[in-house]
Amino acid sequence: MYFLKRAIFLLPLLLLISALAFALVRVAPGGPFDKEREPSTPDIERNLKAKYHLDEPLWQQYLRYLGGLARGDFGPSLKYRSHTVNDIIAQGLPVSLILGLLAFGFAQGVGIPLGFYTAVRKGEWGDWVGSFLAILAVCVPGFVVGPLLVMVFAIHLGWLPVALWESPLHAVLPTLALGLYFSGRVARLMREGMLSTLHEGFITTARAKGLSEPAILIKHAFRLAVLPVVSYAGPLLADLLTGSFVIENIFRIPGIGVFLVNSTQNRDYPMIVGLVLLYAVLLLVLNLLVDLSYSVLDRRVKHG
Amino acid sequence: MVEDREAEEAGGGETMASAVALAARHSPRPSVRAWRRFQRNRPALVSLGFLLLLAGFIVLWPWLSPFSESSMSNAQFQPPDGRHWCGTDIHGRDVLTRMAYGARISLLVGAVGAGVSLLIGVTWGAVAGYVGGRWDALLMRCVDILYALPSVVFVIVLIATLEGLLKSWLTRVAGTNFASSARLLFLFAGLGAVSWLTMARIVRGQVLSLRHRAFVEASRALGASHARILWHHILPNVWGVVIVYLTLTVPSVILYESFLSYLGLGIQPPMASWGSLIAEGAAQLNPIRMYWWLIVCPATMLVTTLLALNFLGDGLRDALDPRAGA
Repeated sequence: MYFLKRAIFLLPLLLLISALAFALVRVAPGGPFDKEREPSTPDIERNLKAKYHLDEPLWQQYLRYLGGLARGDFGPSLKYRSHTVNDIIAQGLPVSLILGLLAFGFAQGVGIPLGFYTAVRKGEWGDWVGSFLAILAVCVPGFVVGPLLVMVFAIHLGWLPVALWESPLHAVLPTLALGLYFSGRVARLMREGMLSTLHEGFITTARAKGLSEPAILIKHAFRLAVLPVVSYAGPLLADLLTGSFVIENIFRIPGIGVFLVNSTQNRDYPMIVGLVLLYAVLLLVLNLLVDLSYSVLDRRVKHG
Repeated sequence: MVEDREAEEAGGGETMASAVALAARHSPRPSVRAWRRFQRNRPALVSLGFLLLLAGFIVLWPWLSPFSESSMSNAQFQPPDGRHWCGTDIHGRDVLTRMAYGARISLLVGAVGAGVSLLIGVTWGAVAGYVGGRWDALLMRCVDILYALPSVVFVIVLIATLEGLLKSWLTRVAGTNFASSARLLFLFAGLGAVSWLTMARIVRGQVLSLRHRAFVEASRALGASHARILWHHILPNVWGVVIVYLTLTVPSVILYESFLSYLGLGIQPPMASWGSLIAEGAAQLNPIRMYWWLIVCPATMLVTTLLALNFLGDGLRDALDPRAGA
């Protein structure tokens, strides 16, 4: 029931976000045609504005935009004028989705076991080394990890391609560069979740019942310990799936991440709002799933 | 440790009850116990010492150093030696001096991000999770909306619309010297606006799982006020994850600042931050010649500082854990 309500609420929420994004990008001074190659005469600019209906009042433009959305049309790009926003998303999104999923898998696949291990070995050498690695991963930004990985694995060793997006081998370095940072964060959150769960009464009960240590840790503690990681997973996945500006730039990957930054700086209005909506849909749905999983993982959580 | 406590707890009902009564009479206040536990944590104390030293270095180095932040020289790309301890950069500037100035910006940015996410994020998430129902929905949808509007867009719009206004106001009120800090203020506003959102979600998740526990129901049955339940019973169980997430927020905010600067939206050269120094070093990465000190020096400082913050956080976390022993 609670989730049905939440699901129904998604639509008005998206409308609100689209309206806010629509208004927000218009507040910034400058316009989409400021950086034209030739200094455009007022006539040309007026014609361009008329063509894209930018001369209408804002509310009329917004209604027109919503009408397009209802037909699944995100509108034309004002910067790449031979393409529609739909074209650009259709070309870039699959690439970003694959890269994002790989990086997400890497982050969780490395982060959860590492966090689990460091929590179980708390105060021992394993914890020190593991925690150090996790913090190191959190401290080194993608624009350092990326070039370093390229230098070592692509240029010196020659095992992997330097850039571009062609074969599965091309995905290895970008996945590492994108995922390492998040694996460190996941490991820290997992460690914390595990530490606080191991103090719980039901763990003591399980030990008193004589359950084996692995059974206690994996069957009983893990479900609850993973809660902070799950909370973080929603926004993380939404972030990763919509592409990374830095990584796509370094590896020359034709994803969607570079467009968000570029279109904001170009004031490419339909492009920005389209990308914001795409991100918002992913985020809201994923957060809904996260909230759903709370009550599955921890039966004491009651919604509503 | 854990086994010891279990043995105590398994010690039978009556002795347990009398032990609790005894402990209640003799045990010092929770804050005093926390401080004692903290003092026994060697890594946390060492980290605290390191951070104090770092603060001293940041304050004193500009006076001690023979170089200034922006003075250029012909000694480009000097590797570290007795004169330039961390070498020089592309314009012959002393890297160590730039690091000392950069530390101010980076640590300030980190502190603003952590402060906002502690004050707003924790309150927001705790209230949403505890009250539940309609208010929870309202508060969390606000978080979703803010989250959905990408912070890059937000910062660009903020700077584009308000920078001129603020600059002229600052010049009028505080003089031209402060006009350049207008950009910095927007940086803080933009970072502050986004840094608390995940914290709110995480805290809410924890509070949701805590609010129907037996000890909460018990204190509610005893007539405790909502504020008391939240502050004395629920939040002590959340501090652990809050501290850990704060120690994650600091690096992410510091690195986010460098990302914005990389886009030309943050601080501008010759001002520096650790992130922008690392970014400058990364820009010089090429397979032909290695100017390793340009990355290694600022990155080492960043990593050491964050390691110290994390160990300090771990120490605080253990000290504040309501279930830990004396």
